[in-house]
Amino acid sequence: MSDRVLITDAGFGPVDPAERYLGLADLVAAPGAQRVDLGPETDPAALGPDLARIQAIRIAFPAVSDGRGFTLARTLRRMGFTGRLRAAGQLIPEQYPMTRACGFDEVEIDADRARRQPEADWRAAARRQGYLARLRRPAA
Amino acid sequence: MYAYSDFDESFVRDRVRQFRDQVERRIDGRLSEDEFKPLRLMNGLYLQLHAYMLRVAIPYGTLDARQMRQLAAISERWDRGYGHFTTRQNIQFNWPKLCDVPDMLDALADVGMHAIQTSGNCVRNVTSDHFAGAAADEIADPRPYAELLRQWSSDHPEFQYLPRKFKIAITGATADRAVTRAHDIGLRVVARDGAVGFEVSVGGGLGRTPMIGRIIRDFLPEADLVPYVEAVLGVYNQLGRRDNKYKARIKIAVHEMGLDTIRELVEARFAETRSEFPGAEAALAEIRAAFRAPDFRAGGTAIPSGSPAFRAWADTNLAPHRREDHAIVTVSLKTPGQQPGDASAGQMRAIADLAETFGYDEIRISHRQNVILPHVRKDDLPAVFEALAAAGLAAANAGLISDIIACPGMDYCALATARSIPVAQEIAVLFETLDLAHEVGPLRLNVSGCINACGHHHVADIGILGLERAGVETYQITLGGDPTERIAIGERTGPGFAADEIVGAVERIVTAYLELRDSADETFADAYRRLGLAPFQKALYSEESRENAA
Ligand code: HEM
Ligand code: SF4
Repeated sequence: MSDRVLITDAGFGPVDPAERYLGLADLVAAPGAQRVDLGPETDPAALGPDLARIQAIRIAFPAVSDGRGFTLARTLRRMGFTGRLRAAGQLIPEQYPMTRACGFDEVEIDADRARRQPEADWRAAARRQGYLARLRRPAA
Repeated sequence: MYAYSDFDESFVRDRVRQFRDQVERRIDGRLSEDEFKPLRLMNGLYLQLHAYMLRVAIPYGTLDARQMRQLAAISERWDRGYGHFTTRQNIQFNWPKLCDVPDMLDALADVGMHAIQTSGNCVRNVTSDHFAGAAADEIADPRPYAELLRQWSSDHPEFQYLPRKFKIAITGATADRAVTRAHDIGLRVVARDGAVGFEVSVGGGLGRTPMIGRIIRDFLPEADLVPYVEAVLGVYNQLGRRDNKYKARIKIAVHEMGLDTIRELVEARFAETRSEFPGAEAALAEIRAAFRAPDFRAGGTAIPSGSPAFRAWADTNLAPHRREDHAIVTVSLKTPGQQPGDASAGQMRAIADLAETFGYDEIRISHRQNVILPHVRKDDLPAVFEALAAAGLAAANAGLISDIIACPGMDYCALATARSIPVAQEIAVLFETLDLAHEVGPLRLNVSGCINACGHHHVADIGILGLERAGVETYQITLGGDPTERIAIGERTGPGFAADEIVGAVERIVTAYLELRDSADETFADAYRRLGLAPFQKALYSEESRENAA
């Protein structure tokens, strides 16, 4: 487990083996918990008042072709979530800048993928920037 | 015409570099086939029956002579000397080699073109009225909005991995020449109290479950375009089905959840997105300046007299321009017997020359797979006609029964269940031989080679769908489809016809129409609306009519 890799703008790093994420149902039952795992199908309204105490959310990407997590992240940010937001699972380097633009802070992949798609591939992709920045820029 | 900004230029170049790198990573195994596939599709590269196919975007169908010449050069260097213009304002090259594709993309970038998002489960090339900027009935040129949406959707970080493809079409005229309501989002420019906005439809589409888009907003102010479309896509990305690719289009979500639910979700999301694009207005203003009309040269307002051949061509292939001394010319890629929509490199160059000499350097591609010269002085029409005739491009059949839309079908497409090109060719040749096409008048006949409906058969007066039954091709007919503002999905006539019966069946339908119409002014579409399916079914299936035809 501990050989999962955490990718940030600083490059590859280890995933903290001590951190624990709870599923949504368990979170509601554990008033002290601050980290939650969400599936891509989650209706973020289900987080309700719990959102305020959550410090980290990890959204699962079950397949490279499944882009629901991008929209879920945008929705959470629009709801005012300011904690850590992580995309975890089946992502490729091309998707790193997309996760960042959608409000994620970091990406978690497994060791196999990290071997097959080394840090250099993720760094090469990270710089890319599309048109949106321009349309979202405040009018001059 | 819109010219690439430095940003466009570097964006497109960067994409080519990325794709080169992606091909390398696929070859050395860093990317699996499953991971490479969406990247390949996003760059327009399909795997077809015999080879790869590269689909190049012609955004909102607009090209200049330099770009057309480059398409000709690409077809000669990396393909077999021709290209296929499609119903989606793309051009497809059917025979490229994977290793050549990055070079082809670079050659496209040299003239401000690309293949980005012409395939794959993303927002596709936005299509538009092929008479945009020229039509007499235009409220506003739709291309600046289409370009704004191109910029918004290109590499949009949230919407590159949608449940399924997403198609947007836009028209700025009162007549709908862009089949907007057969698209996931259809936009129709409307004016209200002096302000310009859009009527927005959602959930239209053809394919195996044809549906007409439903009106989700009757008036969307111009300034809200980008945030509203962003809201629709956000709702779709979250809710669109991913368990079954045949149920993944937004039309199914609209159908299953109901228009009102979708509307509520979209409006709620729109309340959030509305303020997120403060730069869109300035971007639109900049784009609009780039679409200024050319400096028109004045001329005579009458169509010059000429040979009978010229007059026949002028009768069918011209449309009203917003200036009285100009006309819109349709260059038919449907000379009976040819593959609909194909143009040779030589023909592309001939069209480029004409655009430069007589057409203010503007060319359009229509979803009916023809080429348009949008601005031609009436005085210049005879010269244009002569040059077209010399290039084999003067077929006088725009809008007639031989102006057939046909998808590539079994001759190229891996999904095909039947051939479509030969059927189209035979029908066109038949009516040419009988010299009946002009007598029949405006009639849309479209052919698809399978249920995916790339040939728009659902929205044709006569639609032909090629299927396979127990190993043999069989062709189903639908009648009464309409792609215009009167949009309708055609009705099935009944059992299908074998490959050697289908042309005869079409002939019986047309003969019945000629007998039943009120006068030569009643088009097939109008006659069908008046008469319904029954008399045509009788003509198709009764013993008597079959014998008469035999
Ligand atoms: C040759 C390779 C092609 C393949 C593999 C292909 C594949 C498909 C598929 C699978 C669909 C159904 C989508 C759905 O219902 O969700 C479709 C629809 C469509 N395609 Fe193609 N196509 C090809 C070529 C073309 C060409 C050449 C054109 C233009 C002439 C075209 C234009 C369209 C259009 C207009 C639709 C229906 C509109 C809609 O999406 O609802 N396609 N295509
Ligand atoms: S309709 Fe079918 S046969 Fe024709 S191009 Fe589309 S997928 Fe291929």
